[in-house]
Amino acid sequence: MSYRAQAALWVAQRASAAVLAVCVVVHLFTIIYAVRGGLTGAEILERTRGSVGWFAFYSLFVLAVTIHVPIGLRSVCLEWLRWRGRSRDFVLILFAAILAWTGMQAVLSIYI
Amino acid sequence: MKVRVKRGAAYQQFEVPRHPSQTVLDVVTYIQRVLDPSLAYRYACRVGMCGSCAMMVNDVPRWTCRTHVDRVAKDDSLTIGPLRNLPVIRDLVVDMREFFDKWARAKGDFRGRQTKEDDFAPVPPSSEPRQLADAGIECIGCGVCYAACDVVKWNPDYLGPAALNRAWTLVNDVRDAGRLERLRAVSGDAGCHACHSHVSCTERCPKKLSPTGSIAGLKRAVAKAVVQGDL
Amino acid sequence: MRQHASYWAFVVHRVSGIALAAFLPLHFWTLGNALSGSLAWTEAPLVKLGEWLIVVALAAHLGGGLRVLALEFLPWRDWQKSLAAGAAALALGVGLALALAL
Repeated sequence: MSYRAQAALWVAQRASAAVLAVCVVVHLFTIIYAVRGGLTGAEILERTRGSVGWFAFYSLFVLAVTIHVPIGLRSVCLEWLRWRGRSRDFVLILFAAILAWTGMQAVLSIYI
Repeated sequence: MKVRVKRGAAYQQFEVPRHPSQTVLDVVTYIQRVLDPSLAYRYACRVGMCGSCAMMVNDVPRWTCRTHVDRVAKDDSLTIGPLRNLPVIRDLVVDMREFFDKWARAKGDFRGRQTKEDDFAPVPPSSEPRQLADAGIECIGCGVCYAACDVVKWNPDYLGPAALNRAWTLVNDVRDAGRLERLRAVSGDAGCHACHSHVSCTERCPKKLSPTGSIAGLKRAVAKAVVQGDL
Repeated sequence: MRQHASYWAFVVHRVSGIALAAFLPLHFWTLGNALSGSLAWTEAPLVKLGEWLIVVALAAHLGGGLRVLALEFLPWRDWQKSLAAGAAALALGVGLALALAL
């Protein structure tokens, strides 16, 4: 991978981190609010079903996660597993696909 | 006190008399002159200016001439070893070539664009780039930061704090003509992007420099170049 | 080797990151099922503990991440070495908040 691409990965990592910082804070507040309020699953779904806002928010969340997690793991693979090269990057892209797939499934389940 | 010295794969133990104001370099010198002349070690100025005496003292990289025994000896014992992350030539002497090779790979050399016919380049010392450069130029290449860095340990290609710190001082040198080439040299998996801000380098630097800050500066400069399509 | 605060901040950041990467697909899958289907099994204490651990890992990782962003994007200042403490405090706060809610 060229140094340009590696530098771009770093930029993507930090950009997605900034997005996630906001998403995580909103998500944590939402969850704590829901749990403290004793909301049931049905009550939560009432608020999210058909809500474009929540759909957009959680889709953005999943997108940011799909970018952020594999790039983060890339360093861990190199430094702690001594794993580098194409095989590592291929597996990480596969993992990104799994995150995107399972993530969007969860998002759709609260929207539809 | 009991002093364990790493020689090759094993430790050799010595009994060394303790004195007030004694430094670890005093201890090593005593061992070599009085107890075992076969012990190999490096030093030069012995007054904290050259960085030659850097070694691992109780697993921490330090200048042994500036490390008082009273501050580091635990239960009247000391462990001394060669600087970490560098190949050992013998006993406490390490091969610094890789350290300086990486300095060169990070383009840690000045590229001028003027000749002796041109006038001096006016660089106000208070200007921001000059202040940033000045904050890092006192590095004497002792290798303590390199030994302290875990990323160096985990990633053999990583250029390391000293080389990157030097590159940063040159990136901020307005007279230098090699900026873009240098930014390319310091980016990527072996460059500034491999730094995870452990801040060990800054913690241990005997000159109180901050390679962490310099590397962060490089990250920002490279990101800007990537986004602007210059890289 | 006795280490300084920033080093531990890194370790927490990395370990929590790995934990999140490992559990997020499971979390997504559980969430999809929990809200749309049978809720009963998600009340199990083990599941609740798992979800609480994810929240703590998330808060720890966020704290560590903010520390990294501060170090990388703000000009270097000596007080930045204490950011590790701030990150830890943040994580602890969030973990407690959720623990009290549960």
